[in-house]
Formats: sequence, C-alpha cells, structure tokens
Amino acid sequence: MNKILFFLSFLILVSCTNESKKLHDYSVSIINSSLGPDTIIKAVPDFEFTNQLGNKVNNETFKDDIYVVDFFFTSCPGICPVMTKNMLRVYEKYNLDLKFLSHSIDQKRDDIPKLKKYAEKIGIINDEKWHFVMGTDEGIKKMAKNYMILAYEDTTVAGGFEHGGQFVLIDKQQHVRGYYDGTDEEAVDKLIDDIAILKLENK
Amino acid sequence: MEEQKKTESKKKGVLMAIAVLLAFFFVSKLLSGIATNPSQIAYENKCASCHGLEGEGVKEMIPPLANSDWLVNNQETIACVIKYGVKGPMLVNGKEYDIEMLGQKKMKDIELTNIINYINTSWGNTISPMKNVAVIEQLKNCN
Repeated sequence: MNKILFFLSFLILVSCTNESKKLHDYSVSIINSSLGPDTIIKAVPDFEFTNQLGNKVNNETFKDDIYVVDFFFTSCPGICPVMTKNMLRVYEKYNLDLKFLSHSIDQKRDDIPKLKKYAEKIGIINDEKWHFVMGTDEGIKKMAKNYMILAYEDTTVAGGFEHGGQFVLIDKQQHVRGYYDGTDEEAVDKLIDDIAILKLENK
Repeated sequence: MEEQKKTESKKKGVLMAIAVLLAFFFVSKLLSGIATNPSQIAYENKCASCHGLEGEGVKEMIPPLANSDWLVNNQETIACVIKYGVKGPMLVNGKEYDIEMLGQKKMKDIELTNIINYINTSWGNTISPMKNVAVIEQLKNCN
C-alpha cells in the first residue's frame, strides 16, 4: 500500500513539473537563478540573406515566429544528409506554424540554383516556411559565431568544412531557447517536444 | 478430500501456465524491437541514419536500398562503393540522386559481407547473397 501511495505521489509530482515546464532562455542573463550565472547567447543579430527562391530573407521575415536554425552546405557528405532528414521530420510535424532557416556555410561552391535543387529534392517546393539561404561569407560566419556553432573551412575534413550539427530553437522574441544535436534522433525528438512547450508559452 | 486437492492442483497448474505464457509474451514483445542479428546491427549503426531502417532513403535526396534497380545492377562494385564512397549523379528507379556518400574506410570485409547480405535480402529485396571470398576479390579491384 505504501509503495502504491509513493508511486501515485511520484506520478502527481511528475505531471505537475511537466505543466509548469519552461524552456531555458539562453539570451537572458539569470545571475540569481538556481542554475547560477550562465553563458549568454545574444539574441539574433541583424541579418540579410537570399533564399532558394532568390528572395530576400531578414529579421523581418521571422518577426513573431518561432523558428529553427541550422548550418549546412549542399555538397556536405558527412552530417548534413542526416541533419536534413531530421529537420524534415520537424518540418513535417509543424510545417503550418513553424519556420526554418538553414544557412549555407559554403559561399564558394553553393549558389541559389543549388539551394533550390537541394530544397526540391526533399520536397520543399515554392515553400517559404523553410528558407535555405546564403549571403556573404562574413554575414554567415557572424550568425554561426553568435549561436556559438563551429563553421570554418578545413581542407583536411571530408567536404572541406568543419561544422557543428546543432539545431537552434529561436522564440518569437528572437531569443535562443534550445540547442539540439541535429544528427541524433532522440535529441530531435526533444526538439519536437520543446517546440510544443514553447508554443504554449507564446499563447 | 482427495478430489478437492486434485482440483486445487489443477487450478494451480492452469494459473502457472497462464503466468508463463504472459511472461513469454512480454519478454518477446520487449525483444522484438531490438535487433539481435549482427548484420542488422551493423546496418543500423552504419547505414540507417541516412538510408533508413527499412532502406527507404529520404525523398529524392538519399536513394532507397529497398527495391532499388541500382543495387541489383551494381553488385560487382557494391563492396567498393560502401568502403570507399560514391560521388556524382546516380539514377535509381528512374530518379536522379546527386549527393556524395562518404566511404566506410575502416570497415573489414566480413562486416561489408554482412551488410551487403542484409541489404540484399531485406525489405523485399531478393538479390543473391554474396560470399565473403567474392567481397575480398571485389575489394582488390576498387577504382
């Protein structure tokens, strides 16, 4: 009997903490929180890029939107196909009210037609929920640096770039709210759950 | 008295049988989701993150391995392709794919044989299994 009571109270506890769950805000300093002083990732800086359809994409494009960000390049043979496959899973789950921003880090070899072809190969056709963008090398690197994601040329690596496979979750206030390993299915499951939590917060 | 004992032990026997059956059912349910075949494990660790658990591929980005005409027609190079990778446009079931696949350079011939045979005989594929000696022979002549 005691065991059952214990189990029940445990269940109640778990369900309560779930209800009041709030995603961490990486873009706000919480010096006095129980977590202690933390690393602050700046809110999204100003940017302007061009997407796979040749249209301009900037901060205004994502105004009042929750969106997911990553870095890739179309000839990336290593982690990108897995990342794109996983991102596609998030897209298929939330494509009506979520946006995506995939930055190409290869300004030399990628061009707009290549981005368009890449998008179309995974079924993103004339769709501006998922933007595959490029711009200046400097502009893209600034974004990666802001999110603290590795992205630099390295000819010793397959594909010619060393880069991080994280997905970054951005809220409507343009704050960073989560990091997920885009090559790991379970991490992407968590992203899918976290997006639902973030949506509640913004209601 | 004797009869009562008999029916009681009968009851016990039936209950026991049900318990054993239930236990068996749950254990097999638990195990059914976990691969135990080494070829399947190798495939799932090294190939499935792109090609999928059912060899289905991803849209028109990553070609399927299930019911793939390319796989049927390229058995004489498949071990080389897995070990050293492949690049450039490729036509699979009438669709063009163009994405570089990195090679699994550390993969030994036995693991390659296991993976090839898992792919060749799974998801409706009915390609003849490849002998380990054939894989070793093929690896001597990779481009």
